[in-house]
Amino acid sequence: MIDIAHLIELLTVLVLAIFVGFEVISKVPTTLHTPLMSATNAIHGIVLAGAIVIVATLVGSGIHSTVLTVLAVAAVTLGAINVFGGFAVTERMLQMFRRKESGK
Amino acid sequence: MSVAIDLANLVAIALFIYGLHELNSPATARRGNRLAMAGMAIALAGILIQGHGAGWPAIALGIAIGGIVGIYAAVKVKMTAMPQMVALYNGAGGGAAALISTVEHYVAHGSAMNDVIAVSLVLSAIIGAVSFAGSIIAFLKLQEVMTGRPVTYPGQQVVNGAVLFCILGLAVWFVVTLGALPAWGYAALLLGALVLGVLFVLPIGGADMPVVISLLNSFTGVAVAITGFEIDSTLLIICGALVGASGTILTVAMSRAMNRPLTNVLFGAFGAQGGLEVAAAGGGPQQVRSTSADDVAVMLAYANKVIVVPGYGMAVAQAQHSVKALADQLEKRGVKVLYAIHPVAGRMPGHMNVLLAEANVPYNQLLDMEDANPEFPTADVALVIGANDVTNPAARNVPSSPIYGMPILDVDKAANVVVLKRSMRSGFAGIENPLYEMPNASMLFGDAKASVDALTAAVKAL
Repeated sequence: MIDIAHLIELLTVLVLAIFVGFEVISKVPTTLHTPLMSATNAIHGIVLAGAIVIVATLVGSGIHSTVLTVLAVAAVTLGAINVFGGFAVTERMLQMFRRKESGK
Repeated sequence: MSVAIDLANLVAIALFIYGLHELNSPATARRGNRLAMAGMAIALAGILIQGHGAGWPAIALGIAIGGIVGIYAAVKVKMTAMPQMVALYNGAGGGAAALISTVEHYVAHGSAMNDVIAVSLVLSAIIGAVSFAGSIIAFLKLQEVMTGRPVTYPGQQVVNGAVLFCILGLAVWFVVTLGALPAWGYAALLLGALVLGVLFVLPIGGADMPVVISLLNSFTGVAVAITGFEIDSTLLIICGALVGASGTILTVAMSRAMNRPLTNVLFGAFGAQGGLEVAAAGGGPQQVRSTSADDVAVMLAYANKVIVVPGYGMAVAQAQHSVKALADQLEKRGVKVLYAIHPVAGRMPGHMNVLLAEANVPYNQLLDMEDANPEFPTADVALVIGANDVTNPAARNVPSSPIYGMPILDVDKAANVVVLKRSMRSGFAGIENPLYEMPNASMLFGDAKASVDALTAAVKAL
């Protein structure tokens, strides 16, 4: 059964997040667009949370399938690459950005 | 317990949004990244606790491999290769979303399946797979494993349309039967989406990569948000929406900077004929004035204001450090040095800024197009390093030019223009650049890095 009220709640969250996203991201200056992209790579790494849930669901379902286990582990791996790689490379880039020191 | 985890997610979401907000200035951006990191740690800790350790060996294995690969790549990657890197990360996110959907499809049979899950499952599988395969092709093009030029063949749009039609048909079948497809049906769906991703990026050329990378970034965000509906997670919905918004903003900004509608970028196969040299465009070889490093050095050393215009050629030659060394020499002599950066210079949004930041150029010397253009009329020298189409005055005044209407950097308005170029080959788009024939323009041929080093040495010797 579909819980319509719950679906609408989720859609509300989605719509609000889209608006917040546009507001916040449109203020990022062009000079930081590359770090912005790598930072958003890290943030969509939250898909790792989904992958962890799916591994748990798979284990809980009692289905013993090597193929599905491999796919689920691959999902966790890809998500982790995003999270760790995305944040690390963003950090590496941002530490290079510096202002001109005092005066001209 | 569940309340504690919901609260952890709430804190994580607040940290993500505030962290992105802090990216609004280079001064606060690092703090923003760290806040987002903290948010991620909190969110993942919550998820792990919630799972009570179910399947922990598989989870630990995946995180260990992904963590090592991710960090190793992040530490090792060259700044010039950042577009490829981001392309792969986009692909990873899309691939993960498609894999989650696939596993969910086999696990959530029967009572656990409903319309919402079926629709979101099939959508996140398709978009994730398109993003995955498209990103791999983008990576191969950027890495120059395959040609960066558009790959076209007759009937391309028809083939793409047919593939898309088949995918949509299978998707409808999936939803109507609540996922009770034969195994081949689901396999065909996934395979079709992968093929579509490949076909979709193949005809897009190297210079249009900033648009493609932004768009794939947005696709991945959308796939993650939809995965959130599939597994009932507001965390995924919000993060996916943030990334989707970011990718969309960048996509629009990039296609606007080229003054071409997105459809033209994606389906126009821009520059497909470009490889065949400019002679075909008529008018024979351009008459240009070639100059020497010594002459240019004198011009630069006695200038009041020099504006450097970097392009993809600077990235290819890894010349950013040499450029900075030249600028240091000039500044020592009291010359004001600025950098003018076109939004689509390079292969991804902000590519040049990162390269120059790597070479220790202060970011407040980097000017956007709007701020740079008023500076050119008072500049003594515009030094164009490996940029071509973004300086082409034909965009301003030749209605028949393919790039007519594209906003450009007005380098021709400077008193002198020096163009560092490897040869007279045309730019990516294969369009002749009348700038090179202008009376105030001269060409310094050679590898960008070698030329800039020669300039630095010559300025020093003065």
